[in-house]
Amino acid sequence: MIQALGKMGISTFGWLGRCCIFLVYVASGFFIALKNWRDLIAQLYFVGVLSLVIIVVSGFFVGMVLGLQGYNTLVDFGAEESLGVVVSLSLVRELGPVVAALLFAGRAGSALTAEIGLMKSTEQLMAMEMMAVDPLHRVIAPRLLAGIIAMPLLAAIFSAVGVYGGYFVGTGLLGVDDGAFWSQMQAAVDFNGDVMNGIIKSIVFGFVITWIAVFEGYDTAPTSEGISRATTRTVVNSSLAVLALDFVLTAVMFD
Amino acid sequence: MMQSRTVETTVGVFIALGLAAIVVLAMKVSNMSTLGSDDGYQVSANFDNIGGLKVRSPVKMAGVLVGRVSEVSFDDETYEAVAVMTIDAKYVKIPEDTTANIYTAGLLGEQYISLDAGGAEDYLQEGSMIEITQSAVVLEQVIGQVLFDKASGDDEE
Repeated sequence: MIQALGKMGISTFGWLGRCCIFLVYVASGFFIALKNWRDLIAQLYFVGVLSLVIIVVSGFFVGMVLGLQGYNTLVDFGAEESLGVVVSLSLVRELGPVVAALLFAGRAGSALTAEIGLMKSTEQLMAMEMMAVDPLHRVIAPRLLAGIIAMPLLAAIFSAVGVYGGYFVGTGLLGVDDGAFWSQMQAAVDFNGDVMNGIIKSIVFGFVITWIAVFEGYDTAPTSEGISRATTRTVVNSSLAVLALDFVLTAVMFD
Repeated sequence: MMQSRTVETTVGVFIALGLAAIVVLAMKVSNMSTLGSDDGYQVSANFDNIGGLKVRSPVKMAGVLVGRVSEVSFDDETYEAVAVMTIDAKYVKIPEDTTANIYTAGLLGEQYISLDAGGAEDYLQEGSMIEITQSAVVLEQVIGQVLFDKASGDDEE
């Protein structure tokens, strides 16, 4: 019993330590990754462009649902003109960064883990080391960097599309006044306070998700079972990390 | 793997889309477009009570937004609140004897400063002070007053 506890503690701290040392090594390769910009662009395509469809479609639907639900509540108070405020603030502050991050974890994070895990199990990473090419700098660093760049862009697209989804439902179907929708929204949403904080959030989420994804891939047991477990862990852990960090960041940024 | 040229183009489109979304959020959704708050001149006013007035509360004339409150502080000599407003540089011809009132938008809405133009020949400038002010109406005081009047009215009967 005590032994099991000790074993768990040692393995947990060992894992944490490996995580952080890994991050430091990878971060030292960011300049190399920037110099090999073609690699970076290929990774941006992989994590960014290929996630675009799911982000746009779900952003539009989330915006439309917010429009419907917000309208049903607000109309009781005769305040349906505030629909724009409800839709835009909830998207820009919370739903944009968080839902986009959860989708990103499922779409791009799992793919990254599987890709790197397979590279490890087919000994590609080891082969690179044999040729004196550091796989952390050449393989992992551009992927992490691409995740950090792509996430805020995806979250911004999600929010913008969602606002138009809410606009479409609110003014198109439910008859909210067009001018009031935009003007109340513009009066209530602050660029520095709301939009920028949402972008900061999504940068942090992009960093954490990609970090977890590439580390799980790199740290996986090089078997098919190990890779499947690592992929599951990536999605579960990064989703939990996003939700927990969201609470912390919200508490810090919006007082 | 696709041709690297196609990959690069689609990534370029993706980045452009992302930046365009940020611009949409800045211009269409938030208030970046409504007022460039930096270029303007500052005017201060003392109030007995500013109620719920905050930094970035609107300053309006005839219902039109002409500036924003840039600073709220307390003067411990006169025990009054000092509100510094930044008036948009477009509006330079506001008379010096303009009065400042704190009103509430709607019954429970946010509070804002409303300026009523006076008739003086001179105009407000950077650093001017608005002399005539009217404080915010505090809802609790009004309710208290009504209850007090009613109670004293009952005694006379």
